[in-house]
Amino acid sequence: MSSSTSAPGVVELERPAESEHEEHDRPWIVVVWNDPINLMSYVTLVLQKLFGYSLAKATELMLQVHNDGKAVVSSGTREKAEHDVARLHAHGLWATLRQD
Amino acid sequence: MTEPPAPIERAADGGFRVHLDPEERDLLRRLTAELEVLLSAEPQDPSLRRLHPRAYEDEQVEREYRSLVGSELESLRLEHLRGLEETAGRDRLDGEELDRWIAALNDLRLVLGTRLDVSEDEFADGFDPNAPQAYELAVYAFLTWLQEAAVSAAAQSL
Repeated sequence: MSSSTSAPGVVELERPAESEHEEHDRPWIVVVWNDPINLMSYVTLVLQKLFGYSLAKATELMLQVHNDGKAVVSSGTREKAEHDVARLHAHGLWATLRQD
Repeated sequence: MTEPPAPIERAADGGFRVHLDPEERDLLRRLTAELEVLLSAEPQDPSLRRLHPRAYEDEQVEREYRSLVGSELESLRLEHLRGLEETAGRDRLDGEELDRWIAALNDLRLVLGTRLDVSEDEFADGFDPNAPQAYELAVYAFLTWLQEAAVSAAAQSL
Protein backbone atom coordinates (compact mmCIF):
# COMPACT_ATOMS: atom_id res chain seq x y z
CA MET A 1 0.00 0.00 0.00
CA SER A 2 1.28 3.44 -0.86
CA SER A 3 2.17 6.04 1.74
CA SER A 4 -0.67 8.29 0.67
CA THR A 5 -3.17 5.75 1.88
CA SER A 6 -1.44 5.05 5.19
CA ALA A 7 -3.57 5.57 8.25
CA PRO A 8 -2.97 8.14 10.91
CA GLY A 9 -1.47 6.54 14.01
CA VAL A 10 -4.11 6.31 16.64
CA VAL A 11 -2.97 6.69 20.18
CA GLU A 12 -4.87 4.75 22.77
CA LEU A 13 -7.42 6.75 24.69
CA GLU A 14 -7.45 6.74 28.46
CA ARG A 15 -10.52 4.92 29.54
CA PRO A 16 -12.25 4.26 32.82
CA ALA A 17 -11.71 0.71 34.09
CA GLU A 18 -14.48 -1.63 33.00
CA SER A 19 -16.39 -3.03 35.93
CA GLU A 20 -18.03 -5.86 34.04
CA HIS A 21 -15.84 -8.39 32.34
CA GLU A 22 -18.63 -9.03 29.85
CA GLU A 23 -18.63 -5.35 28.91
CA HIS A 24 -15.00 -5.73 27.94
CA ASP A 25 -15.62 -8.74 25.70
CA ARG A 26 -18.31 -7.26 23.51
CA PRO A 27 -16.67 -6.30 20.22
CA TRP A 28 -16.71 -2.82 18.75
CA ILE A 29 -18.17 -2.56 15.27
CA VAL A 30 -17.32 -0.15 12.47
CA VAL A 31 -20.28 1.09 10.42
CA VAL A 32 -20.04 2.86 7.06
CA TRP A 33 -23.08 5.03 6.22
CA ASN A 34 -24.52 5.92 2.85
CA ASP A 35 -23.95 9.43 1.53
CA PRO A 36 -24.82 11.11 -1.76
CA ILE A 37 -21.28 12.11 -2.77
CA ASN A 38 -18.86 9.19 -2.44
CA LEU A 39 -18.87 7.12 -5.64
CA MET A 40 -19.87 3.46 -5.45
CA SER A 41 -16.68 2.46 -7.28
CA TYR A 42 -14.61 4.56 -4.86
CA VAL A 43 -16.19 3.00 -1.76
CA THR A 44 -15.49 -0.46 -3.19
CA LEU A 45 -11.84 0.46 -3.91
CA VAL A 46 -11.31 1.88 -0.40
CA LEU A 47 -12.77 -1.26 1.25
CA GLN A 48 -10.49 -3.45 -0.88
CA LYS A 49 -7.39 -1.40 -0.12
CA LEU A 50 -7.94 -0.80 3.61
CA PHE A 51 -9.21 -4.23 4.62
CA GLY A 52 -7.79 -6.47 1.90
CA TYR A 53 -11.30 -7.60 0.92
CA SER A 54 -11.84 -9.32 -2.43
CA LEU A 55 -13.68 -7.39 -5.13
CA ALA A 56 -16.76 -9.56 -4.49
CA LYS A 57 -16.76 -8.96 -0.73
CA ALA A 58 -16.07 -5.21 -1.06
CA THR A 59 -18.81 -4.87 -3.70
CA GLU A 60 -21.28 -6.72 -1.47
CA LEU A 61 -20.56 -4.37 1.46
CA MET A 62 -20.73 -1.30 -0.80
CA LEU A 63 -24.14 -2.39 -2.13
CA GLN A 64 -25.34 -2.96 1.43
CA VAL A 65 -24.32 0.64 2.27
CA HIS A 66 -26.00 1.90 -0.89
CA ASN A 67 -29.25 -0.06 -0.54
CA ASP A 68 -29.71 -0.35 3.24
CA GLY A 69 -28.05 2.94 4.22
CA LYS A 70 -25.25 1.31 6.20
CA ALA A 71 -23.04 -1.77 6.61
CA VAL A 72 -20.74 -3.18 9.27
CA VAL A 73 -17.33 -3.32 7.58
CA SER A 74 -15.09 -4.47 10.43
CA SER A 75 -15.09 -5.27 14.14
CA GLY A 76 -12.75 -6.07 16.99
CA THR A 77 -11.24 -4.33 20.00
CA ARG A 78 -12.02 -0.66 20.51
CA GLU A 79 -8.45 0.24 19.51
CA LYS A 80 -8.73 -1.66 16.23
CA ALA A 81 -12.18 -0.28 15.46
CA GLU A 82 -11.07 3.28 16.16
CA HIS A 83 -8.00 2.81 13.96
CA ASP A 84 -10.23 1.49 11.14
CA VAL A 85 -12.60 4.46 11.49
CA ALA A 86 -9.66 6.89 11.30
CA ARG A 87 -8.44 5.18 8.11
CA LEU A 88 -11.94 5.40 6.60
CA HIS A 89 -12.16 9.09 7.61
CA ALA A 90 -8.80 9.69 5.93
CA HIS A 91 -10.51 8.51 2.73
CA GLY A 92 -13.60 10.68 3.22
CA LEU A 93 -16.00 7.88 4.08
CA TRP A 94 -18.73 8.44 6.67
CA ALA A 95 -17.77 5.86 9.34
CA THR A 96 -18.66 5.50 13.02
CA LEU A 97 -17.91 2.93 15.73
CA ARG A 98 -19.88 1.58 18.66
CA GLN A 99 -19.84 -1.37 21.00
CA ASP A 100 -22.04 -4.18 19.72
CA MET B 1 -17.49 7.04 -34.25
CA THR B 2 -14.98 6.01 -31.63
CA GLU B 3 -15.32 6.67 -27.93
CA PRO B 4 -13.04 9.41 -26.60
CA PRO B 5 -10.28 7.90 -24.43
CA ALA B 6 -10.78 7.87 -20.67
CA PRO B 7 -9.02 10.84 -19.04
CA ILE B 8 -6.88 8.43 -17.00
CA GLU B 9 -5.72 5.04 -18.25
CA ARG B 10 -3.50 2.31 -16.97
CA ALA B 11 -0.32 2.04 -19.06
CA ALA B 12 1.38 -1.21 -20.03
CA ASP B 13 4.35 -0.45 -17.74
CA GLY B 14 2.10 -0.27 -14.66
CA GLY B 15 1.98 3.53 -14.54
CA PHE B 16 -0.96 5.71 -15.58
CA ARG B 17 -1.52 8.02 -18.55
CA VAL B 18 -3.42 11.31 -18.15
CA HIS B 19 -5.31 12.87 -21.06
CA LEU B 20 -6.55 16.31 -20.05
CA ASP B 21 -6.70 19.73 -21.72
CA PRO B 22 -4.53 22.58 -20.40
CA GLU B 23 -7.74 24.31 -19.22
CA GLU B 24 -8.77 21.23 -17.24
CA ARG B 25 -5.33 21.04 -15.64
CA ASP B 26 -5.54 24.74 -14.73
CA LEU B 27 -8.93 24.13 -13.17
CA LEU B 28 -7.49 21.33 -11.00
CA ARG B 29 -4.65 23.61 -9.83
CA ARG B 30 -7.05 26.41 -9.01
CA LEU B 31 -9.53 24.16 -7.14
CA THR B 32 -6.84 22.51 -5.03
CA ALA B 33 -5.19 25.86 -4.22
CA GLU B 34 -8.57 27.33 -3.21
CA LEU B 35 -9.37 24.41 -0.92
CA GLU B 36 -5.90 24.58 0.69
CA VAL B 37 -6.52 28.26 1.48
CA LEU B 38 -10.02 27.59 2.81
CA LEU B 39 -8.75 24.78 5.06
CA SER B 40 -6.18 27.03 6.72
CA ALA B 41 -8.08 30.33 6.68
CA GLU B 42 -11.58 29.13 7.61
CA PRO B 43 -11.44 25.61 9.02
CA GLN B 44 -14.94 26.05 10.49
CA ASP B 45 -16.54 26.81 7.11
CA PRO B 46 -19.77 24.77 6.87
CA SER B 47 -18.82 23.41 3.43
CA LEU B 48 -15.91 21.55 5.09
CA ARG B 49 -18.08 19.59 7.50
CA ARG B 50 -18.16 16.44 5.33
CA LEU B 51 -14.35 16.27 5.54
CA HIS B 52 -14.48 15.43 9.24
CA PRO B 53 -17.37 13.11 9.98
CA ARG B 54 -18.01 12.05 13.58
CA ALA B 55 -16.63 8.74 14.86
CA TYR B 56 -18.66 8.60 18.09
CA GLU B 57 -22.15 9.62 19.11
CA ASP B 58 -20.95 10.75 22.55
CA GLU B 59 -19.73 14.38 22.51
CA GLN B 60 -16.92 13.94 25.03
CA VAL B 61 -15.51 10.79 23.39
CA GLU B 62 -15.82 12.44 19.97
CA ARG B 63 -13.74 15.40 21.21
CA GLU B 64 -11.06 12.99 22.45
CA TYR B 65 -11.02 11.19 19.08
CA ARG B 66 -10.78 14.50 17.24
CA SER B 67 -7.91 15.74 19.43
CA LEU B 68 -6.00 12.50 18.76
CA VAL B 69 -6.41 12.12 15.01
CA GLY B 70 -7.70 15.50 13.79
CA SER B 71 -4.36 17.11 12.99
CA GLU B 72 -3.00 13.96 11.36
CA LEU B 73 -6.05 13.68 9.09
CA GLU B 74 -5.64 17.35 8.24
CA SER B 75 -1.96 17.08 7.24
CA LEU B 76 -2.71 13.96 5.19
CA ARG B 77 -5.44 15.91 3.40
CA LEU B 78 -3.06 18.79 2.59
CA GLU B 79 -0.48 16.29 1.32
CA HIS B 80 -3.06 14.84 -1.10
CA LEU B 81 -4.19 18.27 -2.32
CA ARG B 82 -0.61 19.47 -2.86
CA GLY B 83 0.15 16.20 -4.65
CA LEU B 84 -2.65 16.81 -7.15
CA GLU B 85 -1.73 20.49 -7.52
CA GLU B 86 1.94 19.69 -8.22
CA THR B 87 1.28 16.87 -10.70
CA ALA B 88 -1.78 18.39 -12.45
CA GLY B 89 0.32 19.13 -15.54
CA ARG B 90 1.76 15.65 -15.92
CA ASP B 91 0.96 13.14 -18.67
CA ARG B 92 2.11 10.19 -16.57
CA LEU B 93 1.57 9.24 -12.93
CA ASP B 94 2.84 6.41 -10.76
CA GLY B 95 0.55 4.50 -8.39
CA GLU B 96 1.23 6.71 -5.36
CA GLU B 97 0.62 9.87 -7.34
CA LEU B 98 -2.66 8.45 -8.66
CA ASP B 99 -3.73 7.59 -5.09
CA ARG B 100 -3.17 11.23 -4.12
CA TRP B 101 -5.26 12.36 -7.12
CA ILE B 102 -8.08 10.04 -6.07
CA ALA B 103 -8.06 11.23 -2.44
CA ALA B 104 -7.81 14.91 -3.43
CA LEU B 105 -10.55 14.61 -6.07
CA ASN B 106 -12.75 13.00 -3.44
CA ASP B 107 -12.17 15.86 -0.98
CA LEU B 108 -12.89 18.44 -3.69
CA ARG B 109 -16.15 16.63 -4.51
CA LEU B 110 -17.11 16.37 -0.81
CA VAL B 111 -16.70 20.13 -0.35
CA LEU B 112 -18.33 21.19 -3.63
CA GLY B 113 -21.07 18.58 -3.28
CA THR B 114 -21.84 19.82 0.25
CA ARG B 115 -21.98 23.41 -0.99
CA LEU B 116 -24.34 22.39 -3.83
CA ASP B 117 -26.30 20.01 -1.61
CA VAL B 118 -26.17 17.38 -4.37
CA SER B 119 -28.32 14.27 -4.39
CA GLU B 120 -27.22 10.74 -5.24
CA ASP B 121 -28.67 10.94 -8.77
CA GLU B 122 -27.85 14.61 -9.36
CA PHE B 123 -27.67 14.28 -13.13
CA ALA B 124 -30.41 11.68 -13.64
CA ASP B 125 -32.48 14.25 -15.57
CA GLY B 126 -29.46 15.53 -17.49
CA PHE B 127 -27.52 18.73 -17.03
CA ASP B 128 -29.41 22.03 -17.12
CA PRO B 129 -27.09 24.79 -18.39
CA ASN B 130 -29.55 27.41 -17.15
CA ALA B 131 -29.60 26.23 -13.54
CA PRO B 132 -28.59 28.97 -11.09
CA GLN B 133 -25.44 27.07 -10.11
CA ALA B 134 -24.74 25.65 -13.57
CA TYR B 135 -21.01 26.45 -13.45
CA GLU B 136 -20.45 24.80 -10.05
CA LEU B 137 -22.53 21.80 -11.14
CA ALA B 138 -20.41 21.48 -14.29
CA VAL B 139 -17.23 21.55 -12.18
CA TYR B 140 -18.72 18.90 -9.88
CA ALA B 141 -19.60 16.74 -12.90
CA PHE B 142 -16.04 17.16 -14.25
CA LEU B 143 -14.50 16.10 -10.92
CA THR B 144 -16.85 13.11 -10.77
CA TRP B 145 -15.98 12.03 -14.33
CA LEU B 146 -12.26 12.34 -13.57
CA GLN B 147 -12.50 10.48 -10.26
CA GLU B 148 -14.47 7.63 -11.87
CA ALA B 149 -11.67 7.21 -14.41
CA ALA B 150 -8.94 7.42 -11.75
CA VAL B 151 -10.70 4.85 -9.54
CA SER B 152 -11.28 2.54 -12.48
CA ALA B 153 -7.61 2.73 -13.49
CA ALA B 154 -6.46 2.13 -9.88
CA ALA B 155 -8.85 -0.82 -9.47
CA GLN B 156 -7.26 -2.51 -12.48
CA SER B 157 -3.91 -2.51 -10.68
CA LEU B 158 -5.09 -4.11 -7.44
